[in-house]
Amino acid sequence: MIAPFPDLWPALPEIVLALSGLALLMLGVFRGDTSTRTVAYIAVVAMLFAAVLSMGYGTGRAVTFNGLFVMDAFGVFVKVLVLVASSLAVLMSLSYLEREQIRKPEFPVLMLFATLGMLMMVSANDLMSLYVGLETQSLALYVIASFRRDSAKSSEAGLKYFVLGALSSGLLLYGASLVYGFAGSTSFDKLAALLAGGEHPSAGLVVGMVFVAAGLAFKVSAVPFHMWTPDVYEGAPTPVTAFFAVAPKIAAIALFTRLLVEPFGHMTHQWQQIIIASSVLSMILGSFAAITQSNIKRLMAYSSIGHIGYALVGLATGTEEGIRGLLIYMAVYLFMNVGAFAVILSMKQKGRMVEEIKDLAGLSRTNPMLAAAMAIFMFSMAGIPPMAGFFGKLYVFLAAIQAHLYTVAVIGVLTSVVGAYYYLRIIKIMYFDEPAEAFDPVGDDGMQAILIGTSLFTLLFFVIPAPILNAAAAAAAALFAG
Amino acid sequence: MDIGLGHYLTVAAILFTLGVLGIFLNRKNVIVILMSIEMMLLAVNLNLISFSVFLNDLTGQVFSMIILTVAAAEAAIGLAILVVYFRNRGTIRVEDINLMKG
Repeated sequence: MIAPFPDLWPALPEIVLALSGLALLMLGVFRGDTSTRTVAYIAVVAMLFAAVLSMGYGTGRAVTFNGLFVMDAFGVFVKVLVLVASSLAVLMSLSYLEREQIRKPEFPVLMLFATLGMLMMVSANDLMSLYVGLETQSLALYVIASFRRDSAKSSEAGLKYFVLGALSSGLLLYGASLVYGFAGSTSFDKLAALLAGGEHPSAGLVVGMVFVAAGLAFKVSAVPFHMWTPDVYEGAPTPVTAFFAVAPKIAAIALFTRLLVEPFGHMTHQWQQIIIASSVLSMILGSFAAITQSNIKRLMAYSSIGHIGYALVGLATGTEEGIRGLLIYMAVYLFMNVGAFAVILSMKQKGRMVEEIKDLAGLSRTNPMLAAAMAIFMFSMAGIPPMAGFFGKLYVFLAAIQAHLYTVAVIGVLTSVVGAYYYLRIIKIMYFDEPAEAFDPVGDDGMQAILIGTSLFTLLFFVIPAPILNAAAAAAAALFAG
Repeated sequence: MDIGLGHYLTVAAILFTLGVLGIFLNRKNVIVILMSIEMMLLAVNLNLISFSVFLNDLTGQVFSMIILTVAAAEAAIGLAILVVYFRNRGTIRVEDINLMKG
C-alpha cells in the first residue's frame, strides 16, 4: 500500500528554509570562511522569503502530512515574528563574528536550521512533530551557544544549556508517553475530540500533561525551570544571547499556547493553576533577582524571565482575549529586546566588548543617540506609556481582569513597579553619572538601521497599532475556532 | 503471575526517576550526566513500546524510533560540547562548572 503524496503547500516556508539551509551549507564548505557574509545575507533573504510565503496563507486552516502539521492564522502570525527575529539576529551577529575571529559560515546556517525547527514547533499538530521540531531547534541552539570554542565561558554555557535542555526534553517526552498511553493517540485533533467528550480526564493523562507543560516551561524559561537562563545568557556570545532572548522564546511560548488551548483546551481547570503559579513566580523572580545584577546580559536574562511571566498571564486566562494579549506582548517584546541587544552589541571600548552596567555611565554625553535608543527600550520594558511595552502589558492585564484573575493582575502591576527600578537605574546611570570611557562609534550600517528601526517601532507603536492588534486578534481567533 | 502493563510502567518510572536523580545528585563527572540523560530517554521508549503493545497501536513504536534517532544526534552534540569544554578547562568534574553564578 502506498500512502498518497502529502500536500506540501502548507509547509512551503519550512521547505524553503530546509533547502536553502542545505544549499548554504554546501556553499560554506566549498568557499570557506570568506563566504560568511554571503551565506548570512542569503540566509536572511531565505527567512524573509519564508515570512512572505507564510503571510500568503490568509486565514484558512490547512492540515497535512497525515495530520502531523497544521497551518493557520495563529501559525502565520507567530512564524512571521520568529522569522523577523531570526533575520535581525543574523544581521546583528555579522560584525561581531568578524571582530571576534569566529567568522564561520556554519553560524548563519545553524541559525537557519534553528529557525526551521521553530517554524515546525509552531505548526506541530501531533506530539511527534512537536518533539522533532523542538529538537531541531534545540540541537542547533546547543551548538551556537558554545560557538566560541576557545572561550571557557561560552563552552560552559553550551554545556549547561545542553544538560538542562536534554533534561527538559526528557520530561516532555515522559509526559508525551503518558498522554499517548492514557489517551490512545498523539494527535492534537484526536486528543481534543477525546477530551471534548466531557468525561473527567484520567489521572495518567493529567500527570502526562503536567510533565509536558514542565518540559515546555524549561524552554520558555518560566520559574521554577529558569535556572539555566542567566548562565547561558551571560556565557553565550552576545549575538547568540540576542537570538536566544527572542526567537526561541516566541516559538516555544506559541507551542505552549497551541498545546494547552487546542488538545488540552478542555482541561483548563487542570492546567490553569500551574500556569498561574509559574507566571506569578516568574514575574516576582524576574523583577527582584535583576536588581542586584551588574552584568547587563545577566540582567537581560532576568528581565526576559519577568517578561515571560507577563506573557503567561495571558495564557493563564485561557480565553481568546488572553491569547491575543500574549501575542501582542510577544510582538512588542521582539522589537524592544532586539533593540536593547543592538545597544549591548554596540558596547565596545577600543574594539573590545564590555558588558558591565557601569560601562554605560555617562553614555548620554559620549554617545547621545545610543543613550536615547537605550532609554526608549528601557522605558518600554518598564511599561511606561506611550512606549510599546505599555500596550503589551495593558492587553495582558485587561484579559486577566476580564477572566476574573484579579490577584494575578495586581501582582503583575506591583512587580512591574519593582521591575521599573532596575530599568530606570540604567537610564539614571546613562544620563546622570560621570562619563566612563567612551564607546567606539557604532559604525556598522546594518546595526544602525536596526537601532533606528526598533526604537522608532517602540516609540511610535501607539500611532498605528491596528495592524498588529488585528493580526493578533485573528491569530487568537484561529486557535479557538479549531 | 502475569506481567501486565503496570509492571512495565513501574520499571520505566523507576528508570526515569533514576535518570533525573543522576543528573541532580551526581557531583563527579559530566559523562555520568550524559548516561543519565540516555537512561531517561530509554525509560520513555520502554513506556511508549509497552503502551503501543497494550493499546494494539503502532504509533508508540514509530515515536520510539524517532526518539532513538534524535537521542543519537543529541548524544553526539553533547559529547562534542564536552570535548570543547575539556579543552578549555582541562576537567569535566561537575563541581568545577562554576565560572558563572548568581
